[in-house]
Amino acid sequence: MNAHDPHIDVMRSHLGRARGLGAGHSGAGHWWAERASSAVLLPLSTWFVVQMFRLGGASRADVVEWGGKPVNATMLIALIVATFYHARLGLQVIVDDYVHGHAHLPTRLLIKFGTFLLGLLGVISVIRLVVAHGSTK
Amino acid sequence: MQDVRRALYVGSRSDGTLVQRPMSPHLQIYRRRLSMVLSISNRITGVIATGGAALGVFWLNAAAKGEKSYTTASKVARNPLTRLMLFGWIVSVVYHTVGGIRHLIWDSGHRFDKKEVNEDGPVAVRVTVGVSVVLTALLCLVGRRRAKKRG
Repeated sequence: MNAHDPHIDVMRSHLGRARGLGAGHSGAGHWWAERASSAVLLPLSTWFVVQMFRLGGASRADVVEWGGKPVNATMLIALIVATFYHARLGLQVIVDDYVHGHAHLPTRLLIKFGTFLLGLLGVISVIRLVVAHGSTK
Repeated sequence: MQDVRRALYVGSRSDGTLVQRPMSPHLQIYRRRLSMVLSISNRITGVIATGGAALGVFWLNAAAKGEKSYTTASKVARNPLTRLMLFGWIVSVVYHTVGGIRHLIWDSGHRFDKKEVNEDGPVAVRVTVGVSVVLTALLCLVGRRRAKKRG
């Protein structure tokens, strides 16, 4: 960057060039969503750590019995949604910081789509467990 | 169009001549400090935690699919390499949680002075190591006991 003489390619002001390329009035919202989801994840992941002790070395019947209970299924879905929402927000910031140029937009979309699909798969799996649990009764 | 970051490095003096604005020093110029290691670790562990969560979803999917795929998933889970990854995931989640709590404290306007940040860093490391080791040991113990009981 320092190698060439300073020059201006485009006859637009710095402000004009920067406009629309930054946070676009949504930066604080993104930041806040990240904090709020992290606060939600604290009790949810603590719950999951306790549940992990019930799941260590469990058979499939144990998992269905556990995951099929309405409260467990609710907590699990809440955990999955909060986790992948928080992951999306965090990964997006990392992509914004380190991926430049043409690769930026596709990577950003990939992060959004990927975390969305993973979260959806998790939710569908929990619903399947609830259904399986119902049919054993 | 010119990259905006690059464009913003061009400024003008009061006489109108263009100058290249100075750039802040790169990372390797600074002395390595614990706080900068912990800062980037929060990002790295966040990425690892996401990867582990994805594996967790696949495990849940295997359980939802049926007996056969759950048996396969259990076999994969028993593999020593998977065990090592699981330990790495636990360490990452624990550190990311500790780091996240520190961020929430900082955001509320506390413990953000240089002295306080430097005091809390080693505590964060100790808490992470302690909680991770205890959690992993207990999980191993419980899993082994349950598997033995089932025979």
